[in-house]
Amino acid sequence: MSQQIVSSQPLVEVKDLSVTFSKKRLFKPTRVVRAVNGVSFEIAQGETLGLVGESGSGKSTIGRALLKLVPMESGSVRFDNTELTTISRAEMRRMRRRMQMVFQDPYSSLDPSATVAASISEPFRVHEGLSAKQAWSRVQELLEVVGLRPSHANRYPYEFSGGQRQRVAIARALALTPHLIVCDEAVSALDVSTQNQVINLLEDLRDEFDLSYLFIAHDLAIVRHIAHRVAVMYLGHIVESGPAERTYQRPAHPYTQALLSAIPIPNPERSNRAGRILLRGDLPDPANPPSGCPFQTRCPYAMDVCREVMPAMTAVDGGGQVACHLQTAGPELNGRSLMDADVEVVR
Amino acid sequence: MSADTAMMREPSVQRPTAPGIKRFLRRFASNKLAITATVLLGVLITTSLAAPLLAPYPPEAIDVVNRLAGPSPEHWLGTDSLGRDTLSRLMHGGRVSLAAAAFAVSIAITFGVPLGLIAGYLGSWVDWIMGRGADVLMTFPAVILAIAIIAATGPGLVNAMAALGVVYAPRLFRVVRGATLAVREETYVEASVSIGTPAYSIVTRRVLPNILSPLLVQISLMLAAALLAEAALSLLGLGVVPPTPSWGNLLGRGFTEIRTTPLLVWFPGIAIALATLCFNLIGDGLRDSLGRETRKGD
Amino acid sequence: MRIDDLRIDFATEHGWADVVNGVSFEIGGNEIVGLVGESGSGKTVTGLSVLGLVPSPPGRRSGGHIWFRDTDLTAMSPHRLRGIRGNEVSMIFQEPMTSLNPAFTIGDQIAETYRRHRGVSRKSGMHRAAEMLDMVGIPNATARVRDYPHELSGGMRQRAMIAMALCCDPQLLIADEPTTALDVTVQAQILDLLVSLRDELGMGVIFITHDLGVVAEVCDRVVVMYAGEVVETSPARDLFSRPRHPYTEGLLSAMPQLGSRSGRLASIAGRTPEPWAMPTGCRFGPRCPYSEHECTTGPIPLRSTGVDRQARCVRTDELDLRGAQ
Repeated sequence: MSQQIVSSQPLVEVKDLSVTFSKKRLFKPTRVVRAVNGVSFEIAQGETLGLVGESGSGKSTIGRALLKLVPMESGSVRFDNTELTTISRAEMRRMRRRMQMVFQDPYSSLDPSATVAASISEPFRVHEGLSAKQAWSRVQELLEVVGLRPSHANRYPYEFSGGQRQRVAIARALALTPHLIVCDEAVSALDVSTQNQVINLLEDLRDEFDLSYLFIAHDLAIVRHIAHRVAVMYLGHIVESGPAERTYQRPAHPYTQALLSAIPIPNPERSNRAGRILLRGDLPDPANPPSGCPFQTRCPYAMDVCREVMPAMTAVDGGGQVACHLQTAGPELNGRSLMDADVEVVR
Repeated sequence: MSADTAMMREPSVQRPTAPGIKRFLRRFASNKLAITATVLLGVLITTSLAAPLLAPYPPEAIDVVNRLAGPSPEHWLGTDSLGRDTLSRLMHGGRVSLAAAAFAVSIAITFGVPLGLIAGYLGSWVDWIMGRGADVLMTFPAVILAIAIIAATGPGLVNAMAALGVVYAPRLFRVVRGATLAVREETYVEASVSIGTPAYSIVTRRVLPNILSPLLVQISLMLAAALLAEAALSLLGLGVVPPTPSWGNLLGRGFTEIRTTPLLVWFPGIAIALATLCFNLIGDGLRDSLGRETRKGD
Repeated sequence: MRIDDLRIDFATEHGWADVVNGVSFEIGGNEIVGLVGESGSGKTVTGLSVLGLVPSPPGRRSGGHIWFRDTDLTAMSPHRLRGIRGNEVSMIFQEPMTSLNPAFTIGDQIAETYRRHRGVSRKSGMHRAAEMLDMVGIPNATARVRDYPHELSGGMRQRAMIAMALCCDPQLLIADEPTTALDVTVQAQILDLLVSLRDELGMGVIFITHDLGVVAEVCDRVVVMYAGEVVETSPARDLFSRPRHPYTEGLLSAMPQLGSRSGRLASIAGRTPEPWAMPTGCRFGPRCPYSEHECTTGPIPLRSTGVDRQARCVRTDELDLRGAQ
């Protein structure tokens, strides 16, 4: 169920992607933040990859880098066998019709001074040279596809609720029938009931148009629902990836475990507060990341090797990969048994 | 909601209307001060424009018998030292003064707005160079620079106002650039980039409509300032060359007779003050009614 | 504290809209009451009204009382209310940056609050600040009192705000979505902190949130609000095992499950009515799957449905609503 499509040729292939931001400061050294650090992943046609992590993990930056909205520092991004890092601006502009984005805040992702029709017809105008009038009937169709009324086309964004605005944003993203839609926290700003309606819509559209999603979110429960595969990010690194089923049932990375155990369960009978892994401290300053494993400063199992060497990606039983020394260099050969035994390894 | 559902299907060829403008008008209309100012300014502008038709006398017509006369049925606002009708000269002078102000501001718009959009949207070194250029121009006091230019090119309203426009351009540039910087960070601009919309199109269709409110406010305030500057220059005899009347040189000539006929100073003074006040009030009204719609929800 | 038939209206383009309509509930000491609802349910306005913080205009209180022990907070002068605010009753918000002053150190701000209510010296104020920061788990508290709010991470800022809210040993804390802006791992820390502080200090807490997961975690009792009305009040356990109002059932079933991935996500049809266009009869009626004719005839009263439980539903006794899975 979770692994419907495994085509031989992935639609998106990202290798060793790094993105850095530098901020010049007066009288201080330039602050360089490596927001994304050597990240690799693939997305197949029709597949949804969930990208989870907390704020500051770099997950949104990956989505933007994929669409070349932020400059990449190094690495390769292939979309349908075309290397995006080297193509010209004009070629990239043509590629954009095949990859679209839905943003987090439906209040700011639509131009407040433009009607819904003007927003949705923008892709038609740019890529097919249609006037607003010529695109009119297609705008109406799109509105119906996303569950809005065609008569809504004349309205302005302020007349809509958050959920409806997000539907408009989805309609705009769908306009040119793209292959990939990057959903950047697309439902985070919505009430839970509205959020579910939008998720259901996204799933319907995926089935109907064979869409691939890069679904970026901090809400793990939602990702669990929509994603086939999941990648967990921490401080610019993917620390674990794999099929959603396996990653949620048997998380291999201590961070994934902590993340999952931190989610409050809406049922007092099944509360997980007692067995919760409470992480110490805060996310380290991304401009000044710790040596070795990025998670070592907060990891309950951190060992000496973790402070020195960045763990490599290793395969996990049940599919996927994890970057953790417990898998390879733990005090016991089998890292999992060590964690299950709940031994205080350090301190 | 249910009444809305009933008329779900509207004819699909209907063109988009603009409820945004309607909403602006409704809000503007509820601002009594701004509406009064608009009406008053409308009256000032139409009487000035239609001066040749409406004015009781030609502006240069001399009535030797009635010199420096007070208000009378023949001359509602009296006459000046040559016996010219003050009302007629005021109406004709309004044409010159208002046109001059509009000319100066349109020059400022021509330079300030596009450059501001470019600097704000592109940023980096383009912004830096333009910003420094604007700084240099801004250091000159407007009227002094205009006087300097007139000193070089000789008196004349066109020169003076062009000079004023150039001095005002950096102020508009600043406003436009600042607003553009803010809008550029908005997600809907990023969304347009992700769609593949060319930069020119983003600037004209996404950025410009969204910076309109600070821009219009600034323009209306600038019109007021330009009007005053014209008055100042003409008062000093550096603007309009007599006998062509403008509010400024009417005021200037009035000063020569201030001991005998103070009314000659009062009327152009009131006209200038009134027009300036109107522009300012309209500017304030625009600012209040163009403000962003607040978010729905709590 | 007891809120009694509170009514708050807001001026809108469509006239006065009742944002809070006859809300009543009680909260005892040492108790965490969850105030739950979607955006627009009036939960935040209810919380703000306790300390007289509802912006006016556009808001106005058109009825009701808020009893704090034996005094009516609604009848109190603004001056006396300020003496209570931050002292006996205090509040924390979703975004700590909006309630911390960026121009002062967190130590100064905590000391300031403490000194205003206790009239102590500057030195003992700062001492109290360090003590409070230590209590809320900010490491190296004596040094951190000199930090400015922007120098702290989101989680630390929220801790600092909690420290400020608790420095005068309040009897009641109103927490308005205190963890919504935080990451889950930090949220877990803050929730833990709030529960242990409650145990330690014995204060009552009104916990305003939209997240039923958080409610399940920390709350003893729950007040569910919808469209400005209380639709259900219940001890937390009972609410989750057997909701008595269809809206609560809808909310519970809409919570995405971590464990399994089953078909489509449930959602409540339609949307919250606009406050100026409330349906007659049950306000949830138009969206309710169990709605009948009798639901539309007039206002529905809150009725008792068991020990310490109430629901605003005429069919609550005949319906067998599904609880949390």
